[in-house]
Amino acid sequence: MKTITLLFAVMFSNPLYADEVYEVLLDSMVDKNFVTVERLKQDELQAFCSKPRSEKVDEARAAELREAALEGVPSPPGGNYLGDWQRGEKVAINGKGLQYSDDPNAANGGNCYACHQLDPAEAAYGTLGPSLSGYGARGQSAAMLKYTWTKLWNTHAYNVCSHMPRFGAADILTPQQLQDVMAFLFDPTSPVNRSQP
Amino acid sequence: MNNRFIKIIFAIVIGLWSATLLSQGEGIFDEYRDMLGDDNPAIFVIFDGEEIWYAPAGPKSASLEQCDLGLGPGVVEGAYAQLPRYFADVDRVQDIEARLEHCMIQLQGLAPDEVSAKPYSLRGDLGTQLEALVAWIADQSSGLAIAPGQAHAQEKSAYALGETLFYYRAGTHDFSCATCHEQAGRRIRLQALPNLTTHEGAAAAYSTWPAYRISQGIVRTMGWRMRDCMRQQRMPELTMGSEASVALQTYLAVNGAGASMTAPGLKR
Repeated sequence: MKTITLLFAVMFSNPLYADEVYEVLLDSMVDKNFVTVERLKQDELQAFCSKPRSEKVDEARAAELREAALEGVPSPPGGNYLGDWQRGEKVAINGKGLQYSDDPNAANGGNCYACHQLDPAEAAYGTLGPSLSGYGARGQSAAMLKYTWTKLWNTHAYNVCSHMPRFGAADILTPQQLQDVMAFLFDPTSPVNRSQP
Repeated sequence: MNNRFIKIIFAIVIGLWSATLLSQGEGIFDEYRDMLGDDNPAIFVIFDGEEIWYAPAGPKSASLEQCDLGLGPGVVEGAYAQLPRYFADVDRVQDIEARLEHCMIQLQGLAPDEVSAKPYSLRGDLGTQLEALVAWIADQSSGLAIAPGQAHAQEKSAYALGETLFYYRAGTHDFSCATCHEQAGRRIRLQALPNLTTHEGAAAAYSTWPAYRISQGIVRTMGWRMRDCMRQQRMPELTMGSEASVALQTYLAVNGAGASMTAPGLKR
């Protein structure tokens, strides 16, 4: 009985096509520089979220994944949510990191502007995510800081199939870089919080 | 002045011009396109492609004239628009790149490794033979409706696989094709992103590749576009003509079916 339950659980979390698709990708791709085919393997969350937006999700499973994501979020080093906004701005602008064409020894960027408006004076911003201009005015409470830190660390703690990368949980940015990005968002003197030009 | 010299001058002028353009956003590219009108620098590459098709090459010193792109040996006109499709001789679905690779190996006797060593240009290159051939062959379908094969079971499963791959999230950033291409009216930085799950979006994208990339000064193929999207998704390198590459192109071609081919297009 236990085996059957387990088998069921495995079948449910991994759609039957997943292994087949993984095999096709393994046959179709090769290691390049420091990027290996190891990256093609999906974790549970990636497998769960590989569906069209319009498709209904299994809410119970979504809640489990959300819970697991939330549990894995650490407190910021030293309990400080806010670093240096000027360093954070550089992280937000930098679109490089972890592509096989990038320098693996250079610090990764957050590429925030690819999807979000931040400094209202910067015209080259993407619209895949919401505008974050004036983010600091949304509040500076402990709850707001914790919410934002969690969102940056692992967005799936709130929105399971969000398209934002897991900047902390996936080791894309360091805790220090995340503290700096936090300051870029919250600091009243940061360009994010200047008035529209 | 030979053809190559003209091309180098052209590449330098376009290169300098595009460096200025790149700093000014998307609107300026539209102006540039309007200014060129029907003139596309890809014309030089198209001429090259035609020459390469008819030139004897490889250990067998044969041209590609007997290559069957789906409409019979040597029929190039209209061939691109009905790809990807199932080919009985290899018992699989192929795109233009996989098919050309097959012909080079079979007809010209080239070694598989030799053919697939460097299908696409690196930045700063003046173009590869494959890029030139694809530019010419696509141009021979200009104005014709996109009509990929969907009658054979393997063609249908290539589409289904392509759709699944489109939504497949993996890698350090959890990206899939859908991350950027599942919604209309969005952009990344200043670059507009087509919704490739709709007919309009897929048609607009598929009909304009291969394309002359102004910022790179060369013609890029749809296979290259697939590979580079995978690079941007933080995935490893997608192999030219591979099952995944062909399946993704099948997904786009079928979604865009019925629209007219306008390739080689002109892109940022």
